[in-house]
Amino acid sequence: MNNSYEHKPKLVPYPSNAFVPERDIGKRPVLEVNHLGIDFGGLTAVDDFSIIVGRTEIAGLIGPNGAGKTTVFNLLTNVYHPTRGSILVDGMSTAGKSTHQVNHMGIARTFQNIRLFSNLSVLDNVKVGLHNSMKENFFAAVTHSFGYGKAEKKADAQALEFLDFFHMADLANAPAGSLPYGAQRRLEIARALATSPKIILLDEPAAGMNPSETAELMENIRRIRDNFGIAVMLIEHDMKLVMNICEGICVLDHGKVIAKGTPDEIKSNPKVVEAYLGKAKEA
Amino acid sequence: MSLFFQTLISGLSLGSIYALIALGYTMVYGIAKMLNFAHGDVIMIGAYSVIVTVMSLNLPPVIAILASILFCALLGVTIEFLAYKPLRKASPLAVLITAIGVSYFLQNIAQLIFGTQQKAFPKIIDLPGIRISGVEINGITLITLAVTAIIMIALTLFINKTKVGKAMRAVSEDKEAAELMGISTNRTISVTFAIGSALAAVASIFYGATYTYIKPTTGSMPGIKAFTAAVFGGIGSIPGAMLGGIMLGVIEQYSKAYISTTMSDAIVFAVLIIVLLVKPTGLLGKKISEKV
Amino acid sequence: MAKNIFKNAIKKAFSKDALTIYFVIAIYAVISVMLYGGFASRQLTNMLISVSCYIVLAVSLNLVVGLLGELSLGHAGFMSVGLFSGCLFSMWTVDLLPMIVRLPLSMIFGGLFAAVVGFVVGLPALRLKGDYLAIVTLACGEIIKNVITNLEITGGALGLTTNNSDAFIYSKPKELLPYAIVLVLVTVVVMMNIKKSRHGRAIMAIRDNRIAAEATGINVTYYKLIVFILAAFFAGAAGVLYGHSFANIKPATFNYNMSIEILVIVVLGGMGSINGSIIAAIALRALPEMLREFSDYRMLAYSILLIAIMLLNSNAKFNELKSKMSLKNILSLLKTKKAKKGGAKQ
Repeated sequence: MNNSYEHKPKLVPYPSNAFVPERDIGKRPVLEVNHLGIDFGGLTAVDDFSIIVGRTEIAGLIGPNGAGKTTVFNLLTNVYHPTRGSILVDGMSTAGKSTHQVNHMGIARTFQNIRLFSNLSVLDNVKVGLHNSMKENFFAAVTHSFGYGKAEKKADAQALEFLDFFHMADLANAPAGSLPYGAQRRLEIARALATSPKIILLDEPAAGMNPSETAELMENIRRIRDNFGIAVMLIEHDMKLVMNICEGICVLDHGKVIAKGTPDEIKSNPKVVEAYLGKAKEA
Repeated sequence: MSLFFQTLISGLSLGSIYALIALGYTMVYGIAKMLNFAHGDVIMIGAYSVIVTVMSLNLPPVIAILASILFCALLGVTIEFLAYKPLRKASPLAVLITAIGVSYFLQNIAQLIFGTQQKAFPKIIDLPGIRISGVEINGITLITLAVTAIIMIALTLFINKTKVGKAMRAVSEDKEAAELMGISTNRTISVTFAIGSALAAVASIFYGATYTYIKPTTGSMPGIKAFTAAVFGGIGSIPGAMLGGIMLGVIEQYSKAYISTTMSDAIVFAVLIIVLLVKPTGLLGKKISEKV
Repeated sequence: MAKNIFKNAIKKAFSKDALTIYFVIAIYAVISVMLYGGFASRQLTNMLISVSCYIVLAVSLNLVVGLLGELSLGHAGFMSVGLFSGCLFSMWTVDLLPMIVRLPLSMIFGGLFAAVVGFVVGLPALRLKGDYLAIVTLACGEIIKNVITNLEITGGALGLTTNNSDAFIYSKPKELLPYAIVLVLVTVVVMMNIKKSRHGRAIMAIRDNRIAAEATGINVTYYKLIVFILAAFFAGAAGVLYGHSFANIKPATFNYNMSIEILVIVVLGGMGSINGSIIAAIALRALPEMLREFSDYRMLAYSILLIAIMLLNSNAKFNELKSKMSLKNILSLLKTKKAKKGGAKQ
């Protein structure tokens, strides 16, 4: 395994007030979000959200319940269309794009409440992720010829590789809905990775996991970055996990960014302690 | 101008019948979350039971009407108990197909007993019509409009003010929570079917009185129209069913009078599609958004 | 390498899909022998084409209901559009083209016409779902019926007469059977192949979880429309065949009751199961015909059977028994027994 990245690098300014890991300097950030906001009716759910995520950064998005974290993910994937602000994925604007087009541009995601294709097999779930990289056209599909067999075989092999990455190749033929909870979470990540994203958004990946499963997840997240060379952005309530693997952290409260920085900076930021960690310490 | 008002009156009258049937669809949908496809056929059964009590048993119309209402309410509860209750946890599609089976069953039973030929509906409402500046309103229409208005007000009060009505609303909002509050879901569903079917019986009397002939398949077209009306108004919503039913009747009569008699159904359905495209959950339906 | 190809060929020849095709071919082989050998009863002959059409209708509706997971109550409408347009095409070209060219061309023409309508009906499907979409498809079917009833070119409410001397396109089952066989086989193969391709997986992914499918890069709009267009195409083609087998066709036949009948076949056959659709189409169409002697009671029996099947199917105890008795289970039991024996020998 290529472990060339130090786990807690210095964040350096890019271009002025935002920070990315030192190794990502000089490369176009994978995600540039400027002054993003959305109103539902009269209610402002997210306001003035800006973030820069480096090409191989593991970024964390934290905040108390109802702070608007998942809404940010929904905005980034155009499940909700933002009222204000702009999103650039690898320099391209996602304005006016639909969710599947945003995925083609390089954003993949998982969901807080797991969303698998539960009647399809584990392998087919990953193969749905490979959908756009497969070239077989409708005619080839209907006739099962003209490269259909070859394309399917290649997809099978690729999908198995993704499953193997999470040590679940032996489950390939099981229906996805029958998997135990932890395996369902891993499959959701495998499916997202199969769309060959530039950044993967994980919505509470450790929710409902025990300490050993969380430790495995942490390792997996690092491996995702190292192996595929992509950025990861995660929403998580497990502070141990966040402080351990995230390089840059953004804290959200009541739809507004209240702090940004390295784990150490965040830990000692009085605003964060007040809004979030302070409560956790009391408990 | 007189044609305009004449059409409005006949539209309101037809719309009242649709609204009464649509109420049954919408109440059952709101509470049991199922499309009761057999509801239209309950109307047909209600009309036949009036024919039997008046023609064969020679009973007075008032008794016939009460008997028909009671019989339909019982029928509704029985259907629910035998066919739908065992499917509470089944997929909506399984319930839908069962309801279709019940619909076929009722039609074929009626066909066995009464034959395929249409039967004349007895003249049980005999009221002189009135004339207001050139617009003629006959007795049946008057009764239809008056009774429907009374029923709607009574139903609204019942749903909002009584204990049973509140239980119905609670079950339709959240079945589990209602159970936890000590409300019996099964009993509430039974009551809903009884009320819905009783309303269908009332509709059947007006339908029979207006169209004067009944056959085993009589229920299906008004049934479908009323179902459309319920969706039009926002299925699950009681005021929606009333509004949807009346609007559907009025639109149908106006397109018959002013555009084309044979195309009126197409126009009604086209209006429905347009409304749903603009408001995907119907006129008064609640907006449901899936949480991501 | 050569050995591998051979192995794959064998594997393919005995796959579940291939068995379905053999099954269909076998049925039609028996029927052909009976029909052309003169052993077929009038009853059987009369229902041959209609049952074939219903197989195509059910298998194509299964694409919408079983794979995409949307309820469509307007399938008879698509059939009707294909029927009238295709039969008109057939009447116009009856003097120009021999049947072997004319009928397939008419089917394609009718299918394409129906596909266009399928596209239009599919548009609301992008915004609506569940019961709302169901009622809209029902409404579309009724609008189609109403419009065709009012068209002069199709003979209005009286319908189209296919056996008048000017344009005689009415054909006997003996003439139509080969076309029916080809249409059924093509439909079944296309549906099976789509199901096992990236497009089929995308469609099923939308059924299982639309939001996740979108986030995984599936163009939901495109696939919903494709499904409606394809299903309408095959329904339309089946309609053309159906139309050629009757001397007179009235547009009022193709109402929501017929759409519901097709839906019942799909649901009883099993959602998404092509085998199931074929068997259910044969059973549900042939059964009422066979029960003709009990004419008064047959539809009653049919309705009771329908309710009973649905109730039994959702009964937990019955399902347990069923899975115990299933062929798969028995086979796997036999296998484990064999394996045990083999193990003992070693």
